[in-house]
Amino acid sequence: MMNFGSKASKLEVVGDKVADLNVTVDGTIMRTKDVGVRYNETYKALRDVSLNFDRGQVTALIGPSGCGKSTYLRCLNLMNREIPHCHIDGEIYFHGKQINFKDVNVYDLRTQVGMVFQTPNPFRKSIYDNIAFGLKKHGIKDKAYIDETVERSLKQAALWDEVKDKLKKSAYALSGGQRQRLCIARTLSLNPEIVLMDEPCSALDPIATRAIERTILSIASRGIAVIIVTHNIEQARRVSDKTAYFYLGEMVETGDTSKIFTNPDDQRTADYLDGRFG
Amino acid sequence: MPSNLSERAIKAKRQDKTATVIISVIVGFIILLLAAIIIYILAKGIGKAVDPSFLTSNPQQFKEGGGIGPELFNSFYLLVITLIISFPLSLGAAIFLAEYAPANAVTSGIKTAIEVLSSLPSIVVGLFAFLLFVIQMGWGFSIASGALALTVFNIPLLVRTIQQALESVPAHQRDAGLAMGLTRWETTIHIILPTAMPAIVTGLILSAGRVFGEAAALIYSAGQSAPALDFTNFDLSSASCPWNIWRPAETLAVHIWKINSEGVVPDLEAVSDGTAAVLIICVLAFNLLARFLGKRLGKKLTAE
Ligand SMILES: Nc1ncnc2c1ncn2[C@@H]1O[C@H](COP(=O)(O)OP(=O)(O)OP(=O)(O)O)[C@@H](O)[C@H]1O
Ligand SMILES: [Mg+2]
Repeated sequence: MMNFGSKASKLEVVGDKVADLNVTVDGTIMRTKDVGVRYNETYKALRDVSLNFDRGQVTALIGPSGCGKSTYLRCLNLMNREIPHCHIDGEIYFHGKQINFKDVNVYDLRTQVGMVFQTPNPFRKSIYDNIAFGLKKHGIKDKAYIDETVERSLKQAALWDEVKDKLKKSAYALSGGQRQRLCIARTLSLNPEIVLMDEPCSALDPIATRAIERTILSIASRGIAVIIVTHNIEQARRVSDKTAYFYLGEMVETGDTSKIFTNPDDQRTADYLDGRFG
Repeated sequence: MPSNLSERAIKAKRQDKTATVIISVIVGFIILLLAAIIIYILAKGIGKAVDPSFLTSNPQQFKEGGGIGPELFNSFYLLVITLIISFPLSLGAAIFLAEYAPANAVTSGIKTAIEVLSSLPSIVVGLFAFLLFVIQMGWGFSIASGALALTVFNIPLLVRTIQQALESVPAHQRDAGLAMGLTRWETTIHIILPTAMPAIVTGLILSAGRVFGEAAALIYSAGQSAPALDFTNFDLSSASCPWNIWRPAETLAVHIWKINSEGVVPDLEAVSDGTAAVLIICVLAFNLLARFLGKRLGKKLTAE
């Protein structure tokens, strides 16, 4: 059994932790080795993906529809395990420890590896409760701490100024872009070390998209590793330090974003970036 | 070919209009029919239904002027007991089916069984209850037998509505909970259930309406006699104690059936009409309550 430390104790050191991470901004926090995914035993949707993710860096996963980006992303917080008949093969290292084994504590893992989805999916609760709820469920009772965290997370997600007067209002009274930032805030409230984002801007207009992108950069500047799936090539160029190109269930090429975008090694990457398919 | 296209468009438009008219006529007819039935029943029985002495006094065997006091109480008491038994069971079953059951042969077997059970004629449920509870278990015609018969009758319908309510919660809500590091159980209880609760409560109250008006399942289980009730009697073994679940308990619906098939009181038509009016008023009230509570609860649980 693997234990990442008790949820509450981890969450209580919030303030220091962010500072800590700022000191050690580099260094691999997560790594996958030959990760593959099978749906329904036979269908191999993903094969042998090996990638490294560093603290404070933004990694973009790009590639044509159906190439396995989301499937890969869902390996990193083991969300694929919630899908019946979905199997993750290979090794996933978090803090240097292999986590792809049967009895791993996925609940702790997911507080440290947060996820933001394509459709903004706040809970059907008030704005305040959307964030407070997760904290309470992870054993935090201190009201002052919860209030503080709600404010801090909303500020980090650049939403605080817009909602500070209506925290008790429903999250569904917010616009799409605001809802998505609320989801980001909800994830940040647990002090994750990694934030996974699956096309977080696909339902948003350009202005809301920019707001989210600024948020992504500011999260990363705090030392969090951000891994974002996007269909928007320009977005990948704007926010990411590293890019990985996926094609037909394989990770074709990875490297610094500037390199991939100007001088890719693989012809398939070049074709995709030129808009020849995908 | 623009001319062709516009011809097509004209035709489509005409079809659309015709369909709309036909559907409106059919719907109008159905509404009219329902309204007519309800108005007829109310018009015939309302005089009795608002008479406090009719609502509280005991029925008469041979002379006129009998009331439906015990029947009214029995109907509600049976309903409450039935819901106390069937709601938790149905909720558990529905949560299991919607959130946990693996997609395999056993699960689909259970689902089919529930479907079959829900289309069972209620008289069959009643006779089943008669054989099992009344005879085999030796409980006689009693509230216990009746409540269990109604439970058998109610569970499949309730499981289905609750399951549908749970399944109509978008999958992304479940993902949100799980991705926050909550267990499946926490996600179900704290996220899925509150979101589905308005629909569940609506389903529950509507099923209450059905149970309330059920006669066939009760004729041979809760029985056709309504001993006079004494609300000061708390001796749970006495037949006149209202709370005694081992006493026979004729309900409103059964009362209507009974006096129409073998009643001998001179005012049986008036009694029957009055009872029917009371019954329909209660069921209408359940429906209104369902809407109201569903909405209120929705607002409360979602902060909307
Ligand atoms: N739950 C599932 N069950 C079975 N097959 C699935 C499931 N989810 C995804 N797949 C398959 O796995 C492959 C990769 O899907 P995935 O969703 O990871 O692609 P993607 O790169 O995220 O695509 P998009 O850009 O359209 O989101 C696809 O062929 C898809 O059909
Ligand atoms: Mg995807």
